Amino acid sequence: MTTSASALATPRAERASDAESPAARPAATTGSARRSLPVDLRAVGRRFGERTVLRDVDVALRPGEVVAVLGASGCGKSTLLRAVGGLDAGHDGRVLIDGDPVRPFDERTAVGFQEPRLLPWRSIRRNVALGLPRGVSRAEGRDRVDELLRLVGLAEHAELRPREISGGMAQRASLARALARRPGVLLLDEPFGALDALTRLKMQDLLLDVHAQTCTTVLLVTHDVDEALQLADRILLLGADPHEEPEPAREGATVSRLLDVPGERPRDRASAELATLRGELLAGLGVDAHEH
Amino acid sequence: MAEATQESSRKVADQGRHQTGGTGRPEQAVGTHRSEWARKPSGPESAEESTPRRVRRIPGARPALGAVVPLILLLAWWLVTDVFGLFSSVQLPAPQDVVAAGVELHERGELGQHIAISVQRVLLGFGIGAVLGLAIGSLLGLSRIADTLLQPTIGAFRAVPSLAWVPLLILWMGIYEDSKVTLIAIGAFFPVFTAVYSALRHVDPHLVEAGRAFGLHGVRLLTTVQLPAVVPSVFSGLRLALAQAWLFLVAAELIASSMGLGFVLTDSQNTGRTDRLLLAIILLAVIGKITDALLGLVERRALTSWA
Ligand SMILES: Nc1ncnc2c1ncn2[C@@H]1O[C@H](COP(=O)(O)OP(=O)(O)OP(=O)(O)O)[C@@H](O)[C@H]1O
Ligand SMILES: [Mg+2]
Repeated sequence: MTTSASALATPRAERASDAESPAARPAATTGSARRSLPVDLRAVGRRFGERTVLRDVDVALRPGEVVAVLGASGCGKSTLLRAVGGLDAGHDGRVLIDGDPVRPFDERTAVGFQEPRLLPWRSIRRNVALGLPRGVSRAEGRDRVDELLRLVGLAEHAELRPREISGGMAQRASLARALARRPGVLLLDEPFGALDALTRLKMQDLLLDVHAQTCTTVLLVTHDVDEALQLADRILLLGADPHEEPEPAREGATVSRLLDVPGERPRDRASAELATLRGELLAGLGVDAHEH
Repeated sequence: MAEATQESSRKVADQGRHQTGGTGRPEQAVGTHRSEWARKPSGPESAEESTPRRVRRIPGARPALGAVVPLILLLAWWLVTDVFGLFSSVQLPAPQDVVAAGVELHERGELGQHIAISVQRVLLGFGIGAVLGLAIGSLLGLSRIADTLLQPTIGAFRAVPSLAWVPLLILWMGIYEDSKVTLIAIGAFFPVFTAVYSALRHVDPHLVEAGRAFGLHGVRLLTTVQLPAVVPSVFSGLRLALAQAWLFLVAAELIASSMGLGFVLTDSQNTGRTDRLLLAIILLAVIGKITDALLGLVERRALTSWA
């Protein structure tokens, strides 16, 4: 798993227009410029009718950073991710990617949805190929898809249809599809939720490999505190406003904590520092750490 | 899943339990169960299909079983007419009389003509109606503006019992081919239109959003996500439309024609030839079933590559 992410790091044309003129392809520079973009959230909020789900989310993601979003179920994690990916035009505040406002279905981002959302009539291979950006040549696209299928352990199942594979396999296919895009910002909504413990650890390692090679900025939604501690540079805890404690005056989740996770990855799961952080996060989620 | 278990192998039923790309949504239920029985396990999986239903073990067992009831009916028909003579030949002629009537018509060179003209009318009318249904159904299913603009009108036309058009069609186009084909096309149009329209309205929004998120829009989104998603419903609509086409054929030929199976019906009624009348009915059943089976074959192929 550690050396095989090479296809993901191969230089490539960045825009369709560039691809047409091979001379305009200083691959190394445009490559890294595109692959990790800063994201700036300014007072982002979301209301559904009368109900406020998110409000005043202010956070700046540095290029190449991995930020995990933690929060109780239904607190607005997916909603936040959708705002960043340009999937939801109805949010308040501003989302800036690389300084520009996010565009509808922004092509600088790629989304791994909470559900696999594979096209049922296409083979796994063709589903993954759907993630390829425009302007990638046929041969290069095929190589990239093959490589990704191998990385997520689906090479043998590439010709099956989504309903012929398990939920965990579908989720890996969905992850591969998002990776095929080589986005500047990778948005992952509980990408490992349906995986068994062992596959989950493998996929976490895979994500770290991919990240090490492509340096893309990652916004990762998860339920799992340990996963966040293992993968993230920083952890964004969505919840009540800490300044309003103990009585939250207003409805809607906001940035409750924004914590730096110490140490280089891969991290020692048993370290004392992480244990303290883990306790804090669980407390922030309203869970008594001693019960776990 | 319950409706699929009869037809599908156990394997497919098992797969249905897994979470897939959001196809389990209720609005797609029709498409899902249709596509599952039509799907053939492909690739390395097919070798594993080791638990077929009992009927499937013998090749050709299904059609053979399906022929049992018609054969019993035929036998009963023969018994009550030829053997026990319970009916006069005007009330119910014996099976061999019907065959003889067919042979006689064939020797006069008329049988083939009647069949050919009826089949031609059905195919033409069905083709025109289906193409229009697909086009207009897609337009209204995909475009909110077209929907708002045209849906009330089409809804009103649909509310008119289609046979009510007959006098007007005859007035406008005479009693020749045009009016008959038009009537059949009207009959075939609405099932296709309704199927395409409502299926496009109910394409899983999650899949459409995923398509958009991966850079698809316009025609590419249509051909990659929306159209494939509605293929199963379109085929149910087409099969319904084909049945409607035959229904309207008979209606058109009963009212005004000098050829075709519907004409054989009225003509035999007027001349008291019950044997020919039964012949026409049986031919309608057989040819209708054949065209439906052919469409079913196309459907199967489409579903293995699209659903
Ligand atoms: N389109 C919508 N219309 C109305 N309410 C919505 C809509 N989308 C989300 N919500 C509401 O917003 C809240 C947050 O939803 P969201 O999906 O972001 O939660 P989440 O944090 O991702 O939860 P989970 O961890 O269970 O996935 C929920 O209470 C949900 O009811
Ligand atoms: Mg969610």
